[in-house]
Amino acid sequence: MFEPVLLRNVDVPDGHLLSTYQVGGGYQALTKALGEYTPDEIVELVKESNLRGRGGAGFPTGMKWSFVPKAAGKPKYLCCNADEGEPGTFKDRIIMERDPHQLIEGLAVSAYAIGAETAYVYIRGEYVTAIRRMEQAIAQAHENGYLGTGILGSNFKFMVHIHRGAGAYICGEETAMLESLEGKRAQPRLKPPFPAVAGLYASPTVINNVETLACVPHIVMRGSAWFRGIGPDRSPGPKLYCVSGQVRKPGLYELPMGISLRELVEEYAGGPLPGRKIKAVIPGGVSAPVIPESDLEVGMDFDSLAAAGSMLGSAGVVVIDDSTCMVKIATRIIEFFHHESCGKCTPCREGLNWTVKVLRRIEAGEGETGDLEQLEMLCKGIFGNTFCALGDGAAMGLRAALKHFREEFVAHIEERRCPFH
Amino acid sequence: MTMREEIEAAAARYPDRRSAIMPALMIAQKEHGHLPGPVLEDVAEILGVERVWVYELVTFYTLFHTEPIGRFHLQLCDNVSCMLCGSEALLKHLETTLRIKKGETTADGVFTLSTVECLGACEMAPVMQVGDDYHGNLDNARLDALLESFRAAERVASVERAHPPSPGE
Repeated sequence: MFEPVLLRNVDVPDGHLLSTYQVGGGYQALTKALGEYTPDEIVELVKESNLRGRGGAGFPTGMKWSFVPKAAGKPKYLCCNADEGEPGTFKDRIIMERDPHQLIEGLAVSAYAIGAETAYVYIRGEYVTAIRRMEQAIAQAHENGYLGTGILGSNFKFMVHIHRGAGAYICGEETAMLESLEGKRAQPRLKPPFPAVAGLYASPTVINNVETLACVPHIVMRGSAWFRGIGPDRSPGPKLYCVSGQVRKPGLYELPMGISLRELVEEYAGGPLPGRKIKAVIPGGVSAPVIPESDLEVGMDFDSLAAAGSMLGSAGVVVIDDSTCMVKIATRIIEFFHHESCGKCTPCREGLNWTVKVLRRIEAGEGETGDLEQLEMLCKGIFGNTFCALGDGAAMGLRAALKHFREEFVAHIEERRCPFH
Repeated sequence: MTMREEIEAAAARYPDRRSAIMPALMIAQKEHGHLPGPVLEDVAEILGVERVWVYELVTFYTLFHTEPIGRFHLQLCDNVSCMLCGSEALLKHLETTLRIKKGETTADGVFTLSTVECLGACEMAPVMQVGDDYHGNLDNARLDALLESFRAAERVASVERAHPPSPGE
């Protein structure tokens, strides 16, 4: 039985209050970091832990931090990506609603490591409860000397502010988030320069996901070797998996990285609904290519899923059973990406518009010979040709649906109707 | 706090007042219900920023409304996880019950019905946001009960609007 790390407080009554967090050892990691480590030593510790970003890309966190220039000069910023818009994902909401101090302590230790005095937590606008709990927790942390000036008797000074989003998926893309924080339309920036060098207000900026930051206090308390001992060495740690869709026990599960997708879905989440069979699973939010049932042995970690042609992404695990039409799923996913395209670059804006039209006519039984080739041509035109990963995610997902479930697309065109209706 | 004071407090969190446009719009929308042109101009004036900077945000972010919406904004998620759990049938039920299509507002101005992208609460799919609150694990019966609770709240509110308490009460 895996002992929860990140979720240990979420089912505790009043888990969102400082008093509850303190009873569980809260803010001891900040005390230890400030008392026993230099900022560079914290960066080294996190590097040694092999912690990789939980927002989706899996970039090594310690390495990201080490890119921040050491020189004094412009202020440095820490931004927390709590936009959580990837369909199928709800882990960061639960951390912020039920254990917000875990995130605040993670922010404080991480800010100390990179030399930032200010953090902005960018929370999606719909998450009203999470925003209120975070604001309350920030105020409590401030009153108790965990935020502000001279934190815990040190000369470390740090403040956290909430920035409420307003309903744009693209804000989860880190440079779009920076644009949004600067009060602009959230359209991704061309890189380089990378945010570590020139990010928010052209200052050195680190952007980390909620779950990534929540791991940091535990690494400080229990060490990098402990963290690396959980799951695969190159992709280790406790991991939050968001399970939803056509499954008996949807919910948030904390298990080691690398657990098999089959074990997660069939044992922990209870398997398919009565009388149904699992057809496919999306392992990492709708940007992640779908995995057919036959391949569910794959390990839920960054490297194993990449090798299987998909990705861990945000670990939004969406279970699809045999009653569901894959053309309809693919259409709905591409409609989403089309709706959320920021409009900056042509392949994404126009390509997805066109792709949606073709998919809708296939699903409606009005598809034509050559439509599948046209979809492949559109994917080729989008993939690798866009400013950010939104277009890539859309194209990869559609390609996987076409590859694994081609016969369903063909049946729609040949029978001139949806076989599932 | 007045709207101006709230916006000034938000602006103090950033080194650049342009960053405060989004929070200012949230504050203004809470105050006015939606964001018509004159309110946008007030926001620009309070922050001392270009009006076009304000306009370009309200037209980009979906949580800002330039037109009036119903007092209860029913935002039903129809993304993949909710769709797999029956959100399409729920939408039909709402459309039939309220006698409006998605995107429309009832004639009495009480309900606006929208579908929205993933709300990030898929563990309780199908889910709907109304105001600040999430309602999950929905079926037709739960929807009917929710609608009735909103109508009851609206009846109380309409009486209060018709007979505002006098300052001495």
